[in-house]
Amino acid sequence: MAQMLLNGVVLGMIYALIALGITLIFSIMNILNFAHGQMYMLGGFIVYYLYSVLGVNYFLSLLAVLVALGALGVLFETVFFRRVLRVATREENSMLLAMGTALVLENLALFAFGEKQRGVPPVVTGVYEVFGAYLPASRALVLMLSAVFIAALLLFVRATKLGRAMRALAQDKEVTSLMGVDTHRISALGFAIGAALAGLAGALLVTVFGINTGVGTAVSIKAFIMIMIGGAGVVSGAILGAFALGFAEAVGYEVFPGSMTYLLIFMGLILFLMIRPQGIMGRPWG
Amino acid sequence: MRRCVCAEKGKTMRRYRSTVRSVVVGLALLAFAGAYAIGNAAEEKILKIGVLGVMSGPAASWGLVNKYCAEATAQMYNDKGGVEIGGERYKMRIVSIDDKNDPKLAVSGAERLAYQEGIKYIIGPNVDTTATSIVPVIEAAGAINMPYAFSKALYSPPRSHSILGMIASYQAGPIIYKYLIETHGVKSVSFIARNESDPLNQRNEGVEAANRLGLKVISSQDTYEPGTADFFPVMSKVVKGNPDLIVLSGVAPADAPVLIKTARELGYKGILSTETAQDIKILNEVAGKFAEGFISVGGASTPEIRSKYMEDFVGRYVKVAGEWNDEAGTKVYALEMILATLQKAGAPAITDVERFKAAIPSFASKNPFLKADKELRYVGTAYFGQPRQIGVPLVVNEVRNGKFDTLFIGTVE
Repeated sequence: MAQMLLNGVVLGMIYALIALGITLIFSIMNILNFAHGQMYMLGGFIVYYLYSVLGVNYFLSLLAVLVALGALGVLFETVFFRRVLRVATREENSMLLAMGTALVLENLALFAFGEKQRGVPPVVTGVYEVFGAYLPASRALVLMLSAVFIAALLLFVRATKLGRAMRALAQDKEVTSLMGVDTHRISALGFAIGAALAGLAGALLVTVFGINTGVGTAVSIKAFIMIMIGGAGVVSGAILGAFALGFAEAVGYEVFPGSMTYLLIFMGLILFLMIRPQGIMGRPWG
Repeated sequence: MRRCVCAEKGKTMRRYRSTVRSVVVGLALLAFAGAYAIGNAAEEKILKIGVLGVMSGPAASWGLVNKYCAEATAQMYNDKGGVEIGGERYKMRIVSIDDKNDPKLAVSGAERLAYQEGIKYIIGPNVDTTATSIVPVIEAAGAINMPYAFSKALYSPPRSHSILGMIASYQAGPIIYKYLIETHGVKSVSFIARNESDPLNQRNEGVEAANRLGLKVISSQDTYEPGTADFFPVMSKVVKGNPDLIVLSGVAPADAPVLIKTARELGYKGILSTETAQDIKILNEVAGKFAEGFISVGGASTPEIRSKYMEDFVGRYVKVAGEWNDEAGTKVYALEMILATLQKAGAPAITDVERFKAAIPSFASKNPFLKADKELRYVGTAYFGQPRQIGVPLVVNEVRNGKFDTLFIGTVE
């Protein structure tokens, strides 16, 4: 029981970090970033090469990931999405573009990094026993850092001028623009933060799970499930959805045969969306 | 002024003539080069080999290792002037297609290789679903393929066009379990598998083998979804049963080290094994010291059993792929067997696979990849009712001090 609960907490925190980036981009730009998982993968590989191959300090490597993925986010927003959102008449265009960027990133990564799974030396070692449940130090570190970064993001969104502008943009683009906010700048910032969060998740989790170039799609799918549960575009909803999925997995694998867990999760999701299509915290009007 | 215009006109004409002259010379050179190339092509015979498998996504390493092995072998032959079949030399060309583990793409890929490229010998695909889906294409096109899928139906009559490229889990499992019972006193076992047809079939075969050997199966229903990164929840349940042995059925090289690490972090002290080939670098990087004692199978991967030819192959593989992958120790055999059988069956077998099939039962040669004097032939009669499997030696490895250490070399009949 203790192990199951601890597994749920760790999974929830890890998933929250993954879900926050995708929901942030969705809230500001109304784009489902299909390349979110690939950005996670890039974060993992940057840490692999900096920390494991070149011997750069792990925490400096995390900083490099934030900068690199943030820059990639700005590039994506300004070069690809801004134009497509301006000229496209249908929503599907931006979705197709997002899928295209995911495929491009994945194939470029396969070409550049190869097909092998990669891992990095442990940043911390040891295993703690908490009420009879095992918690490896590497997971404890990820748990702690995830909590710090999530808290920092929430603080940024709630307490800073830029954060308020992002929230305003998420609520109403036209009114925000009329209030004198540079919406292009805020969109680029939102995309940068979303991409940086995806990269950060990969950079943290490479120490626990390793990384390979094909991991992106599975990460994106889980992120979509989380924001569907919590409510797309709502930061608190993403965290709630992440913990809901984390605990569903932890309990499911403990109670049911493995193959039943995701079957039940998807059935539950379908039923839930029939009752509350906007998710737990989502707005009924979209 | 008039003189000036004339001078300008003359300059333009000269430039025009010079351009025409350059174009004519260029065209002549091109024509000469083309004629030379055609002449050369007429002299040079080409043997095209197809590689069809998953080369992107999480299982990319399976298909890419096939591709790199084929390319490395082809380069080695081409450097020596090609492969000699029926007294003539053939330069080799590898045509690879990524099926993304999707049966639809596997079918279209097989059609392209067989009909568009005119290829008769195809290495792959990698899993049951894709290998089964292309059977009608392979049979209709009169081709032969060497899958890395374990479904017995692919290799048993009335099927005859597919040849298993490696040792199947149901062949390796009983041998490994028996070894562990005898040497480590293993009495109980649990299985964990990815929730996909191949690993689930391998788990079922493993459970049957364990029951036959009198092992107590503590759990076998624990599975994880493809793409799972965190195995803590599912492994917690398996470890709780405290079996002497945990078998990672059909585990992909990307998942194996994370599963091992998770089991050890959860306090598991028993033995972990799998019947699939793994890569030591991946195990070391991701699982680190937790990989110690892990048992898996290999082909000709460990340095102590490699021949000089295998060492050369390893060097070439590194040039092609950028780094060595121990999975290649198993997958190196496919193209070599195709070529050796063609040499025995004669040049007509290049286009007529019935001649190739006729040469299979009596084919035997020295295993070029091993130091020891081991015979290489087609096996599988005991499992499929006909020899439709490459006799890759069953090399069982254990991780010791961060390296693969060969425990024993077995054979399959």
